[in-house]
Amino acid sequence: MSKLKLAVYWTAACGGCDVAILDINERILQVDEAAEIVFWPLAADPKYDDVKNMPDDAIDVCLLHGAIRNSENEEMARVLRQKSKVMIAFGSCSAFGGIPGLANFFDKKEIFERVYRESESTAGKAGVYPSPAVIVPEGELTIPEFYDTVLTLDQVVEVDYYVPGCPPAVDTIWTALEAIITGELPLRGTVIAGVKTLCDECSRKKEEKKITEIKRPMEVEIDPERCLLEQGIVCCGPATRGGCGARCTSANMPCRGCYGPTDHSIDQGAKLVSAIASIIDSKDPEEIKKITHLLSDPAGTFYRFSLPGSMLRRKRKEDVS
Amino acid sequence: MADKKFEPLIVGILCNWCSYAGADLAGTSRFKYPENIKIIRVMCSGRVDPLFVIKAFKEGADGVLVSGCHPGDCHYIDGNIKAMRRETLLSKLLEDLGIEKERFKLTWVSASEGEKFVEIVEEMTNTLRELGPLNLEGGEKIV
Amino acid sequence: MAENIGVYVCHCGSNIAAVVDCEKIAQAASEWDNVVIARDYKYMCSDPGQNLIKKDIEEYGLTRVVVASCSPRMHEPTFRKTLEEAGLNGYLLEMANIREHCSWVSKDKEAATEKAIALTRGAVRRVVLHQPIKEREVPVNKATLVVGGGIAGIQAALQIANAGYPVYLVEKKPSIGGHMAQFDKTFPTLDCAACILTPKMVDVDRNQNIKLFTCSEVVEVDGYVGNFKVKVRKKPRYVDEEACTGCGDCESACVMKNRIPSEFEVGLGKRSAVYIPFPQAVPLKAAVDEENCLYLKKGKCKQSCVDACQREAIDFEQREEIVELEVGAIILATGFEIFDPSVGPQWGYGIYDNVITGLQFERITNASGPTGGKVLLKDGSEPKKVAILHCIGSRDENYNKYCSRVCCMSSVKFAHLVKEKTDAEVYEFYIDMRTFGKQYEEFYNRVQEEGVHFIRGKGAEVTEIGGELTVRAEDSLLGVYREIPVDLVILNTALVPCSDSEKVSQIFGVSRAESGFFLESHIKLDPISTTNQGIYLAGCCQSPKDIPDTVAQGSAAAAGALAAIATGKVTTSPISASVNEDICSGCKTCLNMCAYKAITFDENKKVAEINEAVCKGCGTCAATCPSGAITNSHFTTEQIFAQIEGVCENG
Repeated sequence: MSKLKLAVYWTAACGGCDVAILDINERILQVDEAAEIVFWPLAADPKYDDVKNMPDDAIDVCLLHGAIRNSENEEMARVLRQKSKVMIAFGSCSAFGGIPGLANFFDKKEIFERVYRESESTAGKAGVYPSPAVIVPEGELTIPEFYDTVLTLDQVVEVDYYVPGCPPAVDTIWTALEAIITGELPLRGTVIAGVKTLCDECSRKKEEKKITEIKRPMEVEIDPERCLLEQGIVCCGPATRGGCGARCTSANMPCRGCYGPTDHSIDQGAKLVSAIASIIDSKDPEEIKKITHLLSDPAGTFYRFSLPGSMLRRKRKEDVS
Repeated sequence: MADKKFEPLIVGILCNWCSYAGADLAGTSRFKYPENIKIIRVMCSGRVDPLFVIKAFKEGADGVLVSGCHPGDCHYIDGNIKAMRRETLLSKLLEDLGIEKERFKLTWVSASEGEKFVEIVEEMTNTLRELGPLNLEGGEKIV
Repeated sequence: MAENIGVYVCHCGSNIAAVVDCEKIAQAASEWDNVVIARDYKYMCSDPGQNLIKKDIEEYGLTRVVVASCSPRMHEPTFRKTLEEAGLNGYLLEMANIREHCSWVSKDKEAATEKAIALTRGAVRRVVLHQPIKEREVPVNKATLVVGGGIAGIQAALQIANAGYPVYLVEKKPSIGGHMAQFDKTFPTLDCAACILTPKMVDVDRNQNIKLFTCSEVVEVDGYVGNFKVKVRKKPRYVDEEACTGCGDCESACVMKNRIPSEFEVGLGKRSAVYIPFPQAVPLKAAVDEENCLYLKKGKCKQSCVDACQREAIDFEQREEIVELEVGAIILATGFEIFDPSVGPQWGYGIYDNVITGLQFERITNASGPTGGKVLLKDGSEPKKVAILHCIGSRDENYNKYCSRVCCMSSVKFAHLVKEKTDAEVYEFYIDMRTFGKQYEEFYNRVQEEGVHFIRGKGAEVTEIGGELTVRAEDSLLGVYREIPVDLVILNTALVPCSDSEKVSQIFGVSRAESGFFLESHIKLDPISTTNQGIYLAGCCQSPKDIPDTVAQGSAAAAGALAAIATGKVTTSPISASVNEDICSGCKTCLNMCAYKAITFDENKKVAEINEAVCKGCGTCAATCPSGAITNSHFTTEQIFAQIEGVCENG
């Protein structure tokens, strides 16, 4: 039997997902035994054209991590989709936008302004913005076009499976790889992680959800046994997919939401508003306001990993013309 | 500047017992108000999931009006209090997403306040006419 | 999923059709997905209209129906029945409200038609996702709990007991009778209150079907219509009810005799620490007042009451007990309290000796009251000029906006009684005279003829000028400002909700109106039911009312309870919430959301559970559930989403 042909690629990403794949340690040998890695920029040295020249469906499974931030990301996503039988959105960036997706609170103009003009580290002439094409004496130079809006992989190409996480937990990765190796892949469209939200696997004691304050983790001495939300600490667990093994909450830190929403929680922002606001223990509008305002950046907190994949996808653009 | 011809779409999510009945009363009393609002009925304002509000904006609403029984007057004791608790945080979240606070309103209208309902709808419609279209589609454009 | 939807657009004569182009709606609807037939018709609610739907259900094999017509609050039950008659589940219907929310409120025909199309499209999108749901039938326990032993509770209890069913009557005071027992004469016939009330109180005591709990309060209610589980806290009376004969020897012997202000006499008389609340009390048994009994409070007393009682009925060893009851219906008849006029110094109550409340006047004019029925001033002399002020704390933006309903008539009654017993001039200060009841206007006319001065103007201030009480008012008929010197002022104070009404509303899961009185299911058509099925209201706990209305409501509440008892079963709304165990993560966010305590937590499975019988279907828990594990039937997220999509879509 010929070996499974596997590709791993990154678009707008930090590379943490590549490292995470290696975190499966010696089990990588089982992967090696079953699969041939035909494309993995981080580990091997193939060129774009090597992929482009492959026949369609030459790759059995492609793990693509990273969001779609520019035209090069999109182009490669399309190429890899064409060459792969199975496309897996690997990691939060690819599945629902991830940290690069936070850029959707701004648009291209604002980002360029900040990076190429205002930034303290801008060297040389401020206000020179990247341009997709520049004519130089030698000819035309092109660079990828920077998009206004960060997209998820499935907003660009069809995606068969999702493996969430920033990065996906080792167990999550192994579950996915094992399914790939054995060919026992679940129903198309499945998110390969927990079905329930994080609270299901979080071992903290849940008693009564009632809050009179919202606090940041560094402002309090956290009771290591008790539900963080019940201690007034904003935890994204109630609306975030489990499967990570509750790695943050067991380290005394609130869930930051990296596994994204579940099939039923739909939108992390909306559902965390539901969960957190509903348990504010007050009937007085002024007091409610006071408590609510202790949470300084709800959108950034709730959509930390899922803004491009959320219902509204991005902050509304002021200038739509 | 808002286009003169722009007519905002408002989705109204009203509780069955007070505000929906108040809107019925506005009708029975033959009060006139702008056609912009489209009303959806829920049993209690406490049923209004922030998802509904976000969904309405996503589907093209320029404004969302949630209305329930007055505090202390809820058919289900205090469902409206839960709606009240969610309002502030949801407003804040929406503002972070560039949706002005004028576009999402929570009000209390009793079954006998047909006139008040009319005033609220008129005021919100006028405010949104000034504010212009929400036009979220622009956000999905890849530039 | 493909459905066969029939869409029916009602003209409602010209009510809809004059403003909205019904034909155009039907035309638009006929092109939507799943719609197999769309019609417009003059009156959908008429028999031919309903038959049209029934015929189509059969002919076109309709699986869903949308009726675009009036408010669903009007005809949803009608069309549900139509569907049921044609063999479709009634909940496979959705209505688009194109009358109250569209044609009646619109001027622009084109815009109104567009709006009606949008509303109908929302209904069509929604109905695709409807699920057949069934009303549930639950058995009914034949016992009823009546809370409150005033005239409302007494009437309700007797009515049910006389029908042959068991009643538990719980009263927090040592005797039943309520406020009515304190009154002297009752308007408009001037019957003596005690004469008409006492026989009913005695009936309660004698009735084999009534189990009376005095000095008792309901502390917990669980369960649901037909099957409530109630915990009653029976406070110790410190008197053995079996042994006590009500002779009053203990009362006379008590060392605190004549030292404690009597509640029954509204502070105008004094009582002992062990006392019989009033001569006609039921049960006619003494009770020890824990707060004032020296032995109970300080452990030091010679216990002369114990020595005085030949029946050895005094029992300081009695302890509070919790009694558990199972009942099918609950009638709340917890009454009212009297507005405290001392909160407004302008009325001089608590400042001037001869400023009293209406209830105090009831006691003064009562033959068994502190003055033996003589109308006297504090110094024992007879008043020469008496002012009666209406609307103290009622119809007043600063206190209570509502009208207390009884004050006009009781004021007229007071005027009559003062005239009857003294030679005083009587001045009534009123905003409007409200004498709406049977024989009320006639009584008012009679008292006018007795020479009472009626001044239309609210008594704004009571002061002392030159040692004389003076009432200031603007006489709005004469358009002059008046100052009238008097020597007795009767403040006819508002009826206000009981100070514990919030707590009571939480215990019983009933809502309160803005005024604080309990909220009825429908102000006109169902003033006795509450939003908690199986719990009824009687008397002033719902809103201020006079004795005839209170008695009528007591009987009506009893009839409500009896209807369920007679059939032995009730149907409950199928709209409720449920938890999907496969999705619930056990975060416990929902537990505090339910006002009816329908949500519990299964510690073994680590998931929330909803008792659908207790659930009222508000959906608050579903909106809260961050996992999306809770479904609110007939108001599911998917259904609302579909409706939003429908109303928002262009064209």
